[in-house]
Amino acid sequence: MEASISIKNLSLSFGALDVLKDLNLDVGRGEFLVLLGSSGCGKSTLLNCIAGLLDVSGGQIFIGGRNVTWEEPSKRGIGMVFQSYALYPQMTVAGNLSFGLKNARVPKPEIEERVARAAKILQIEPLLKRKPAALSGGQRQRAAIGRALVRDADVFLFDEPLSNLDAKLRADLRVEIKQLHQKLSNTMIYVTHDQIEAMTLADRIAIMRGGRILQLASPKEIYNRPASKYVAEFIGSPTMNFFEGEIISGDGLRFVSGGHAFPLEDYAFLDSTFQPAPAWFGIRPEHMVAGDPADTAPVRLQGRVELVEPLGSDTLARVKVDGHLLWVRLDGQASVFPGDDIQVGFDPARANLFDKTTEDRL
Amino acid sequence: MTKTPHLLKNSLKYRAEAGAAGGDVSLRLAEVPSEAARVENGPAGRKPRKVLSRRNIIVYGTLIVVCLYYLLPLYVMIVTSLKGMPEIRIGNIFSPPLEVTFQPWVKAWAEACTGLNCDGLSRGFFNSVRILIPSVILSIVIASVNGYALANWRFKGADTFFTILIVGAFIPYQVMLYPLVIMLREIGLYGSLTGLVIVHTIFGMPILTLLFRNYFASVPQELFKAARVDGAGFWRIYFRIMVPMSLPIFVVAMILQVTGIWNDFLFGVVYTKPDLYPMTVQLNNIVNSTQGVKEYNVNMAATILTGLVPLTVYFISGKLFVRGIAAGAVKG
Repeated sequence: MEASISIKNLSLSFGALDVLKDLNLDVGRGEFLVLLGSSGCGKSTLLNCIAGLLDVSGGQIFIGGRNVTWEEPSKRGIGMVFQSYALYPQMTVAGNLSFGLKNARVPKPEIEERVARAAKILQIEPLLKRKPAALSGGQRQRAAIGRALVRDADVFLFDEPLSNLDAKLRADLRVEIKQLHQKLSNTMIYVTHDQIEAMTLADRIAIMRGGRILQLASPKEIYNRPASKYVAEFIGSPTMNFFEGEIISGDGLRFVSGGHAFPLEDYAFLDSTFQPAPAWFGIRPEHMVAGDPADTAPVRLQGRVELVEPLGSDTLARVKVDGHLLWVRLDGQASVFPGDDIQVGFDPARANLFDKTTEDRL
Repeated sequence: MTKTPHLLKNSLKYRAEAGAAGGDVSLRLAEVPSEAARVENGPAGRKPRKVLSRRNIIVYGTLIVVCLYYLLPLYVMIVTSLKGMPEIRIGNIFSPPLEVTFQPWVKAWAEACTGLNCDGLSRGFFNSVRILIPSVILSIVIASVNGYALANWRFKGADTFFTILIVGAFIPYQVMLYPLVIMLREIGLYGSLTGLVIVHTIFGMPILTLLFRNYFASVPQELFKAARVDGAGFWRIYFRIMVPMSLPIFVVAMILQVTGIWNDFLFGVVYTKPDLYPMTVQLNNIVNSTQGVKEYNVNMAATILTGLVPLTVYFISGKLFVRGIAAGAVKG
């Protein structure tokens, strides 16, 4: 895939504090990349560097094959959408959309044409004459996207654009952003701390922590084969269940924790010549079964239900098994109550093993 | 009335539950004929408050006393300025004028004598205006650009620069008085209105810059970033984004400067010469130069006239002033 954005050995430090460390990243043309991480991981900083709003300390940024490391934000061919919308409060929506074009001395008829087109795509035509204060949150964010749209930019940068909206609106706009991407097929980089946004929107997700990218892969890959324990914990809700123990050989490889032993014949190790070592064993709540289906599962455990969270579509149960608290995702209609004794089971082939010390995937 | 069916439905549901729970259904039915009658004896609704509570007496009493304390001198001034000299000599300073006369006001404005000339406050008034307008405009323009640069364009040494500027606000004027005389003399502006305008502009700089910097810093950074992505430069962001958003703080700065400069006495007397004296200095000279009798009514009228400009500014822009001072967050 042809690279639309290339980041080469990028680093950024504020005094002694290194925010980004020797970061490399290639984003393909038309790709939707999501930068995901908890706050302070450097994801917004990276986006600001790409936009040119922060001066980098080292390394290079290429957009569309052009070295833009020292370029002004407006000369980089980007459009940007901010969390707080950042609409100019004293201008109408139309004024907001055309401000950048006027700065670039685009001829007036063309400005009008581009604004009209963007307004049509985003269905904000009736709002063009209004001031931002007279818009709802969703309308404001749509206007903000419009401001990026009129620039005819190759690259769209989104900095947590949906974080200020309520849950329902967030879901609606998420769909709209995805449709927009399918329609325009621009390169988009999207920063969020919301794993649902990341999973639903991304072609690839880059999970960041401490100014580094921990894993860069498709949502499926990240969900199914997290590269480290941190990634495994970060993606998925409720979070993955972990057992602390040891992998031993003899009678095939087995994971031993407390009185339990899980057979690992079907587990796909990264390194087939794996040597026994202490490890973490992780299994997702949705890969566990309970009740009758558990009878046929390769691993079965007895536990007691401590807490039940009915979600309608699913029911989450927290089950205590020998001192471990495990989340199990059950059917929405399942009737389980706190205090029930329950059998839970899972298939170790769907598990994730991580090295005890490095916490990397095994 | 439209809500009644809904309420009825609720109460029916309640009855059904009560029945299911096996309680005494007939009794409960009797207790709950309608929603309104459900209120039991005892506290209900809004808590009653006594008008003449101890707290109210203390609060309003204090406020009234303080108001009187501040308003009484003003009352005396106005009343005295409307009396003729014979009436003043009777000595009842609180009594209203028996015979209202505006002669003292006319005299204060146009005829009152200082030791040097006899054209009243009018000369000082126009001098003050000629000092005020350029000083206010110049200081606000420079300080707002300063504050904007310090808040949004983090240049190297910005913090040091800002600290030096703020420290400047704490140096007593007296220390700088004489050095400034020499500096103005060297550039040939000593004794001119231009010189005084420059002095006022410089002395307004620390507090105004602080004011503008803090205001601009409270404008969301993302707005500034968006404007940069939109290709706006230093001046375009300043004029098109920042200034239109900042009317309240400009009003606050204007009020501070208008009152400060209008009320200034020290710089006026030091850096100008007699025929360029501002109104405050002129007032002082009128009040302090006595020929024969001390004309209290003229002095009172002159003092009120001098205070009229800041007073008017307060009344016109008081609301904006409060809004500007209180403005912390700017909603986008």
